[in-house]
Parts: sequence; structure tokens; C-alpha cells
Amino acid sequence: MADKKTLTFSIMDAPYENARTVTALRLIDIAAKRGYNVHVFAYEGAVALPFAKQAAHPNAVHGHDVDEEDHPLPKEWIASIMKTAESKGGKVDWINCGLCVDERGVAEAIDGTRRGTPADLWKCAEGSDGTLIIGAK
Amino acid sequence: MKKYTLIASRDTFESKEAERYFDLAADLKRAGNEVTVFLVQNGVLCARQGPGSARLSKLAEAGVDVLADSFSLRERGIVSGRIATGVRSAKLDTIVDHMAEGRKVLWN
Repeated sequence: MADKKTLTFSIMDAPYENARTVTALRLIDIAAKRGYNVHVFAYEGAVALPFAKQAAHPNAVHGHDVDEEDHPLPKEWIASIMKTAESKGGKVDWINCGLCVDERGVAEAIDGTRRGTPADLWKCAEGSDGTLIIGAK
Repeated sequence: MKKYTLIASRDTFESKEAERYFDLAADLKRAGNEVTVFLVQNGVLCARQGPGSARLSKLAEAGVDVLADSFSLRERGIVSGRIATGVRSAKLDTIVDHMAEGRKVLWN
């Protein structure tokens, strides 16, 4: 594929806290749908995005059970994006900062993610056509 | 000439930094670069016609491509007739296009 591109994104917001997470995942999803190779370097709170123990819950206030509430889980969004990338001939390489993971106790991440260090972000950026750092502030 | 895309996610009424970010866009343009400002999330609030949008219209007059994420506009009920002169609605795909092209893409 002559126009195969590789992009790197770095994100740091924890789940459910900021619209930046949704925008970042929208961008990653667009790249995945194009069959691009995508590196994601998650650090600080963002390492909890693919945490495998996220669980949907009912909503007693609205009288919804778990199915009716259909609570969105970031780990499912990420798994879906990874699947899309694969179906289009690309790959999402999700790297969680290891120290950030240990600090937060979120080592149990979904398949397709791996531990890394900020040095991986540097390597990914060097090998990419474009890099976007989305800081939390 | 270099190509820059500045993603602006904050309203100028929310943060002084947002205004300074537009100053950076203007400076980069004056220095002879190709510059796009892409408004997203609350950044699109600046695109509404009004006191806050004058800055964006001036950027557009200076040759900066000023775009606003169509999804963020819809989320906030900002219809095309309310968008300031010089600002165009665009899909988020534009940012991915620019990254793939190798532009320097910044976030604020």
C-alpha cells in the first residue's frame, strides 16, 4: 500500500473526565478506518482507558438495569478501534506508560496494549508521518 | 515555508491562552508559513458571530485557514448561519489529513 501512513498520538486524560479523550479517539478512529498504522502513547490518567476491569453499571436514579443503561466503556471503544484498524489492514499499537500504570494499579489492560516508557513515544514519533501530543490542562 | 495546524479546543472567554494561541497563528503566518487553525470542542464557541469571533475573521483575512469541527458545532447547536465570516465548517478528518501530510500539528 503506497499511501500507508503511520501516525502517533499521545494522550493523558483519564476516562470520563474531558472531551479531549473523545476527540483523541475520534482522530484515532479516522486513522484506523483509513488503514493507517497508529501508535498511541498513553500516560498519566490515560493509561486507565484500556483497563480491562471497567464495568458497566445500572442507573438507579433513572430505573435502568445494566442493559438499559448501556453505559459506555472506553476499553470497548479502544477494542473496537483496534478491530477496525485490523480489518482495514492497519494496526493500533497502544502503549501504556508503565510507571503510570503501576501508580494507578491498572495493569490489567485489554489485549493489544503493551507497557512502555516515554522513550517509546520518541521512537514512535521518529518513525511516523505525523505526531500529535494532546496534553491535559 | 512550513505548514502548521493549530488545534484550538478552548473558548477565548474561558482562557487567555486561547487568545495567545491565535497570536501564535498570526505570527506564524506573518513569518511566511502556511497556517490552519482548527477549532474543536469549546474552541468552536469562538466561531459564533460576535465580539469573540472578530479575531478569527482577522486571521482569515490574513490568510490563515480557519476551520471549525462540524461535530463540535452540531453538539453546541451552532448552525452555519451563525458562523463568523472567514470560518468554515470542516470534518475532523482534516487533522488526520494534515498529520499524514507531515504538517506540524499542535494542540491547545
